[in-house]
Amino acid sequence: MPRAGLVTLTAAALVVAGCGSKQDALSPESGASRGIATLWWKMLVGSALGLGIVALILLAAWIRRNRAGVPGVREGDRVALGVVIGLGIVVPIAVLSGLFVFGNVFLIRKTTMPTAAAAVRDRPKLTVRVVGHQFWWEVRYPGTPAVTANEIHIPVRTNVRVLVSTDDVIHSFWVPELNRKIDMIPEQTNQVLLYADRPGRYRGQCAEFCGLQHAHMGLYVFADPPAVFRRWLDGQSKPAPAAGSRLFVDKCGSCHTIRGTPATSRVGPDLTHVGSRTSLAALTIPNTPARLREWLRDPQRVKPGNQMPRVELTDAQIRRLVAYLEARR
Amino acid sequence: MRERVERLERIWVARPGVLGWLTTTDHKRIGLLYFWATLVFFGAGGVEALLLRTQLAQPNGDVLGPDTYDQLFTTHGLTMIFWFIIPMTTGAFGNYLIPLMIGARDMAFPRLNALSFWVFLASGIFLYVGLFLGFGPNAGWFDYVPLASRLYDPARNIEFYSLGLIFNGIASTLTAVNFIVTIFKLRAPGMSFNRIPLFCFAFLAASFGLLFALPALSADLILLFLDRNLGMHFFDPAHGGSTLLWQHLFWFFGHPEVYILIVPAFGIATEIIPALTQRKMIAFPLVAIAELLVVFIGFGVWAHHMFADGLPTTTLVFFAGATAMVVIPSTIQVFAWSSTIFTGLPRFKTPLLFIVGFILFFVIGGLTGVMFVAIPFTQQVTDTYFVVAHFHYIIFGAAVFPIFGGMYYWFPKLTGRMYFERPGQISFWIIFVGTNLLFFPMHIVGLLGMPRRVYTYPGGMGWTAYNAIESVGGFVTLAGILLLFGNLVVSYFRGAPAGPDPWHGPTLEWSVPSPPPEYNFAVVPTVSSAYPNWDEADREADRRRLAEGVGVLDDGHEQVVSTLVDGEAAEVVKMPHSSPWPVLLALCLSGMLAVLVVEKFAVAAFFAVLLALTLLGWHSTEPEAE
Repeated sequence: MPRAGLVTLTAAALVVAGCGSKQDALSPESGASRGIATLWWKMLVGSALGLGIVALILLAAWIRRNRAGVPGVREGDRVALGVVIGLGIVVPIAVLSGLFVFGNVFLIRKTTMPTAAAAVRDRPKLTVRVVGHQFWWEVRYPGTPAVTANEIHIPVRTNVRVLVSTDDVIHSFWVPELNRKIDMIPEQTNQVLLYADRPGRYRGQCAEFCGLQHAHMGLYVFADPPAVFRRWLDGQSKPAPAAGSRLFVDKCGSCHTIRGTPATSRVGPDLTHVGSRTSLAALTIPNTPARLREWLRDPQRVKPGNQMPRVELTDAQIRRLVAYLEARR
Repeated sequence: MRERVERLERIWVARPGVLGWLTTTDHKRIGLLYFWATLVFFGAGGVEALLLRTQLAQPNGDVLGPDTYDQLFTTHGLTMIFWFIIPMTTGAFGNYLIPLMIGARDMAFPRLNALSFWVFLASGIFLYVGLFLGFGPNAGWFDYVPLASRLYDPARNIEFYSLGLIFNGIASTLTAVNFIVTIFKLRAPGMSFNRIPLFCFAFLAASFGLLFALPALSADLILLFLDRNLGMHFFDPAHGGSTLLWQHLFWFFGHPEVYILIVPAFGIATEIIPALTQRKMIAFPLVAIAELLVVFIGFGVWAHHMFADGLPTTTLVFFAGATAMVVIPSTIQVFAWSSTIFTGLPRFKTPLLFIVGFILFFVIGGLTGVMFVAIPFTQQVTDTYFVVAHFHYIIFGAAVFPIFGGMYYWFPKLTGRMYFERPGQISFWIIFVGTNLLFFPMHIVGLLGMPRRVYTYPGGMGWTAYNAIESVGGFVTLAGILLLFGNLVVSYFRGAPAGPDPWHGPTLEWSVPSPPPEYNFAVVPTVSSAYPNWDEADREADRRRLAEGVGVLDDGHEQVVSTLVDGEAAEVVKMPHSSPWPVLLALCLSGMLAVLVVEKFAVAAFFAVLLALTLLGWHSTEPEAE
């Protein structure tokens, strides 16, 4: 029963949060993102004023272009020099100081991880580890055996610490509606705060050029009510039954894991609960039997340059694998 | 008087035909060579841009595959920065105009100047040979490791990147050194430091920028080459290397580079504005200082390209502070330009229109740049199309617009003919509208979450319509650019004779005939202000001295060397004229670097020996010391 409940609740949440297929930095769904978006609108107004002043000066020059002038070269003008010093030095210093203090003292607090000294309610309640791969996201929940890919579930209205690292080249973890981005660098583990005001699905995408399929390296963050999240995490932590896994182990086991079976390789995504995901290949295609068949027939046609080679499979084998994988919920 | 001029013409006459061009050391001819070569690269970079825009015109486009797309966007960036804008401003405009503006007969090191061009040309050919062989650089112009390491990019694409840029850097360094010495030492007597035209201040700033920024890039490229080809581990964290090291070195070069791109364009603006408003620049000393300062502070902001790297917050705040400071020299210049236009008598001819467009673009691109002072905002929009919009407003709007304006402005000087005004203005408006269509929506898609460097994108993200507009804008821009060059070509054959000074321009290049003679100035010019061509008495004095034969310097290729600060005449030196060594040296150097791509180290050593022999030849034909 919990499964059905999960599906209904997730579906309900999607309705609440809109379609959830965008990654719009101007539709913030967290305090951090809202702070950045609000700053943007303020900066836009300020910029419009700045551009307006310069444009007005140039427009005035245009209007005066045909006036009769004293022939000969002109020089010196104390008023104009005052304009240069006032608008070119004094005003910018004031505006920049304001922006600097606001952006880098106040706003930066909202977007970074609360320190150890923060109030108990602000401290992160959950840590998720995300590892970047060419061209997908490995997602782990430290303290549990749960491993998934490309679809991160977090409890809603909870500070979540996301530790990011990479297994190969540099990627950048970015879910704009929830927070700013953070790079995944080989020599260090970075962290970013995730928090969602409302249950829903939030799209993210790799933001650092990482190779041929940088364009198809998307991810979803599902913010679930805490009870739903718990049930989901319990489900993801369970191994799969070993029965019926032979074909998978045989054909896919050299790269993939299904916990509970002899397939334990970590090259590709963990597929223990692949049937519970909404998409495949880092959001390249929806997770439907038809698209999965297409994928298995030739992954390089669907996502050219991705790391999964074409495996020789008969149609019957593909059908059996699709049935097996879609049942891994 | 007449016989003196004829004598100069005999002394300075160039070799005829192709050989004349191959062996030339005349700064004007080298400037023209640079001009034509960079135009070809501009065309290539433009075609690449339009291919990219065609691919992105609609979601899930299938015009280009990911591999081709990656090579094209990388090559587009490299071409426009290293093979168009820098060589166009420094190589073409700087080479042609700086000696004319400071009253010199050539650059300080004429043969080095020729070498710089030939090395530059070879580097461009090298890059494009790579692209046509299917080995175009494919890891972005920023070329981050480990993506660019041999493990993830095993073919030879990155060798064409690293060696091509080392090559290109040699050419830029030679030019930079040459400009600095020329502006410091070859100024006409009387042109003290405070009378150097703002144009030359700008090129001085850019040259110092190149000189200090390029070594970081060259070091980075050499380390990369060693990592990839000799199994070293500078950038390999598994063996104690660091991928961030690449980024620091790259951006230590890469951010000053941005100012190196636009400061010469500021210089062009500060020539066109006084000429077309008949007004001396407001706040001249402030503008001169600002031109130098913008490059200097530009060396302190590099890590704002790395705000999402997870560097310590203290580090980020330091660089955000420097990013705020670099705004000030820019705002000084914006208000100096616009208030000069306002208080002068502006004639809105095509060159000034391009400068007005440039100011507007620079302000828009500058304002989005100011936003990067706020670290969280930068971390939100970095690596999105918002940044693509920002720097195209700066690079296309603030660097290329003045280049176009400058082409119109100095066209009569180079050709002796006037361009056609009406098509000129129409070309401005088409380009202005086209580039805004092309680049403005990029701000919006960036904020809507579209990352950079994606070869395609899904529908339903709210990006589709904006991308379509951008692609249309690309083709509108193309139409405007074609009209611009069409106009110049027709004007070359049909334009009305322009005379030496159609604009009543402020600087010395307008005091000589159009096109200028080989020796530039028949008599060493008299200078007593920063706008020497507006000092009628001085020009009258020049004519008198020519008639009397005073200061003609017609005993060989002679040139006055003056003191650094006060610009007092110190001595007369003999300059080299045409020489075969630069082009030969460039050939040996190119051969050496080209075979490194295929790891034929023995052949490279052979070319190195040839190179050494050529250098010997070069030095055995030094002009005689007086």
